[in-house]
Amino acid sequence: MKTKPSERSVKPPTRLTVILAIAVALALGSAAGIGAYTFGYAKGASYLGDNPASCANCHIMQDHLDAWVKSTHHAVATCNDCHTPAGFIPKYFTKAEHGFFHSLAFTTDRFYEPIQISERSRRVTENACRKCHEDVVHDIETLKPSDSQLSCIRCHAGVGHPK
Amino acid sequence: MNNLAFKERLLNFYRSRPIAVFVVLILIATAGIAVATILLVSIFERKQEARNPFFRVVELTAETEDPAVWGKNFPMQYDDYRRTVDQQRTRYGGSEAEPRTPSKADPRSVVAQSRIEEDPRLKTMWAGYAFAKDFREERGHAFMLDDQTYTERQQAAKQPGTCLHCHASIAVPYKKAGDGDLIKGFEKLNQLPFAEARKLVTHPVACIDCHDPVTMQLQISRPGFIEGMRALKAGEGVKDYDVNRDATRQEMRSFVCGQCHVEYYFKGPEKRLVYPWASGLKVEQILALYDAAQFKDWTHAETGAPVLKAQHPEFELWNQGIHARSGVACADCHMPYKRSGALKISDHHVRSPLLNINHACQTCHKWPESELKSRAEEIQGRAQNMRNLAMDALVEFIGDLKTARTGGAPEAQIATAQDFQRKAQFYLDFVEAENSSGFHAPQEALRILGESINFSRKGQLALKPATGAAK
Repeated sequence: MKTKPSERSVKPPTRLTVILAIAVALALGSAAGIGAYTFGYAKGASYLGDNPASCANCHIMQDHLDAWVKSTHHAVATCNDCHTPAGFIPKYFTKAEHGFFHSLAFTTDRFYEPIQISERSRRVTENACRKCHEDVVHDIETLKPSDSQLSCIRCHAGVGHPK
Repeated sequence: MNNLAFKERLLNFYRSRPIAVFVVLILIATAGIAVATILLVSIFERKQEARNPFFRVVELTAETEDPAVWGKNFPMQYDDYRRTVDQQRTRYGGSEAEPRTPSKADPRSVVAQSRIEEDPRLKTMWAGYAFAKDFREERGHAFMLDDQTYTERQQAAKQPGTCLHCHASIAVPYKKAGDGDLIKGFEKLNQLPFAEARKLVTHPVACIDCHDPVTMQLQISRPGFIEGMRALKAGEGVKDYDVNRDATRQEMRSFVCGQCHVEYYFKGPEKRLVYPWASGLKVEQILALYDAAQFKDWTHAETGAPVLKAQHPEFELWNQGIHARSGVACADCHMPYKRSGALKISDHHVRSPLLNINHACQTCHKWPESELKSRAEEIQGRAQNMRNLAMDALVEFIGDLKTARTGGAPEAQIATAQDFQRKAQFYLDFVEAENSSGFHAPQEALRILGESINFSRKGQLALKPATGAAK
């Protein structure tokens, strides 16, 4: 077997490179290990699913979860049904975006309270209403001025999590 | 081919700077470790916070009066509680810090602005009463004891120990004075002169005045409120109402405040504090009770009318408003829930909701802060405007009554007018002394002020020579 010239010309490991290689391995291993443990400890995997309890893992959404339990929609819709868009990629993109910014806000303790829905998330929720109720609201929507979207939650604010 | 070249370049780089490659790798991995560790610790701390709402480091009993001791177990609530020293104005309320030179009799170096200097019409309304001597804007809870101890009203008139029912942390002193019996201690302190009773108390309102020391449940410690609620409920047909036994948790979140933020009078020579609620909480029901008891606070110096002073009837007015009707408690707006790390606590920095709009209002009302503030100020501005009209009407009426009296008008005519004055100024003071500028019940406040104007004008008509009485 003929080895490639580049591999042949690699110098044999010195004592220093061996030590450094071990250090790299240890550091990478620790990073992976602590990262994995943190992920597990923070119930990271739960965020990939649809269980509403996961949304209250970090306590901020506890009131919303409590209210959802008593809402008209709790038997038919979970958090993700109204707060993430349809389709695998849009859904997980939204989850990732929320996950990152919610974690950042909670960890640094810098956010407005009471929490407010962002413009993009509001649109997601508005569209979610129509996922199920399109047949009912179709006729209403035809009455709207063409440049605006009628808002469902302006009047039906309490359907998901009443105050 | 391209791929090979890239691999070649990497290897070349490694060959020329092998140590640098290792160091960079180690640095990246270390940064990763650091970030993961920071997150891990942060998540751990939050989880611990959520698990333990408090750490019991001291034992609290029914004798623990000092809020600083409670504060060791509840540092977050205690920190907020201590912030009631803040003096901050809102548009129609709140106090301003005014410097004063401390004297031996009054060591305060800061006081609130004088209301009677701001509006001298108040001096006319209260002529002959201690309030015409000194009346300042109320400050936060932290000052309740000092401001009562050092007000010039103490010199103007002899004040009874009854005042301390609400101007001090009284739960423990009452029990001590009554040998364990709250009501007996209450009766004992009522009859002491203020200066003597003052020696028995130490703190302004404290934890134990609203909380059970073991369970932290809300509890009522003020005999006046216990008896007042019993009378009110008896009037509604509920027998033997015990507020500490029968009130719901949400009711208690208003009742603990209603222990003191109420209308009251000192009954009889024993100066028993009574909340005049036997017929109901509305102004006319309270006045009817005073009329039946032939009670007066003082005789008006300019007109001789047997008049009344209304005292901060926040609880009564709030009860007539839409927030009370919707089940919103005092604490929902004045001590709204807030988040501290992973914990949800009540904000013990009791203050005007207008200084804390996001927590106080936006929890229910989804409008921008500026919009909510302007709504509240509009309501208060209307009440303030009406209050000024009522105040002008009263002052004119008092002037007329004074002239008629010195002019030798018939006795019956004067008596009729004096009764109108009693009504007009009690109604006006009911809103004036109330600390929300009408916000607690906007329509009721305007109704009361409207009726006050009517009483003043009717009183003026009653003084007209030709017609004896304009009923």
